[in-house]
Amino acid sequence: MESLTQALKVVPLNHYILLSAIIFSIGVIGVLIRRNAIVVFMSVELMLNAVNLLLTVFSVYSNDPNGQVFVFFIMALAAAEIAIGLAIIVMIHRNTNSIDVDILNRLKW
Amino acid sequence: MPVKVFLFTSRMSIFYFIAFLSILFSLLVIFSKNPVHSVLYLIITFFTFTIHYIILNAQFLAIVNFIVYMGAILVLFLFVMMILNLNKDSEPTKSIYVKLAGVIGGGTLLVTLVAAMKGLAKSQPVVLQSVNLGSVKNLGQVLFHEFLLPFEVSSILLLSAMVGAVLLATKDSNPKSTKPTV
Repeated sequence: MESLTQALKVVPLNHYILLSAIIFSIGVIGVLIRRNAIVVFMSVELMLNAVNLLLTVFSVYSNDPNGQVFVFFIMALAAAEIAIGLAIIVMIHRNTNSIDVDILNRLKW
Repeated sequence: MPVKVFLFTSRMSIFYFIAFLSILFSLLVIFSKNPVHSVLYLIITFFTFTIHYIILNAQFLAIVNFIVYMGAILVLFLFVMMILNLNKDSEPTKSIYVKLAGVIGGGTLLVTLVAAMKGLAKSQPVVLQSVNLGSVKNLGQVLFHEFLLPFEVSSILLLSAMVGAVLLATKDSNPKSTKPTV
C-alpha cells in the first residue's frame, strides 16, 4: 500500500479530471446511441462512477473525508436506482415484449 | 541510478495504464453488440475503478465498490438479462445518422469540459497528505457524526426502493381486475 500511494505524487490533478471527463462523455454517448434499455442503464452507471472517482480524487487532493462519504451515499443511491430501474424494465418487457427504448414513446405527444 | 529511475517511471505509469484500461473497456461496453458482453466489460471497468481507489488509498471505497458494484449491481444486471432471455444480438440498431449525432454530441461535451479544464491554473499533483484519510475508522467517524441524518434517510430510501421493486416486478395475480395495471 505504501509503495502504491507513492505513485500518486507524480499524477497531476488535471489528468484525473481528464479521465473522469472522458468516461462521463463515453457514458453520455452510450445513452445517446443505444436502444437497448439495459445498456442505457449501464451507461448511466458509467457516468455515476466517473463522478465517484472525481469526488474521491478531490477528497484526497484537499485532505477532506467528506467527499468519500458522498461517494458512499452515491453508491447507496445507485443501488436503489438500479433495483427500481430493472424492475421497470422487467415490467415493460412483460407488457411490450421488447426493451427497445424507441417503443416507449407514448409520453411523447 | 537506473534502477531507481525505472521504479519511478513504472510507478508513474501505473495510473496511466489503468486509466487506459478504464477508457478502453468503457468504450467496449457501449460499442459491443451483445448485452452480456457489455455487462462483462462493465465488470472489468469497475475493477479498474477499484484499482484507482486503491491507488488513491481510499480503502473503504475500494472494498465497497468491489462488493456493491461488482458483486451486487452487475449480478442484478445479469439476472435480469437471464430472466428476459436477452443474450442474443437481436437489438435493432439506430440509424447511422442518429449514432453520428450521438457521438458528435458526446464529443462536444468532452471538448467543452476539456476546454474548461484548460482554463484552470496549472494543476498541482495529487498528494496524499494523511495516510488514513480513506480508512474505515476515519470515514466511519465522519459518517456517524456529521452525516448521521443522511445515513438514516438513505436507509429509508433503500427500504422504499426494495418495496417499490417488489411491487413493480411482481406479476399481476388477477389480470381481470378493474384496476389499470400500467
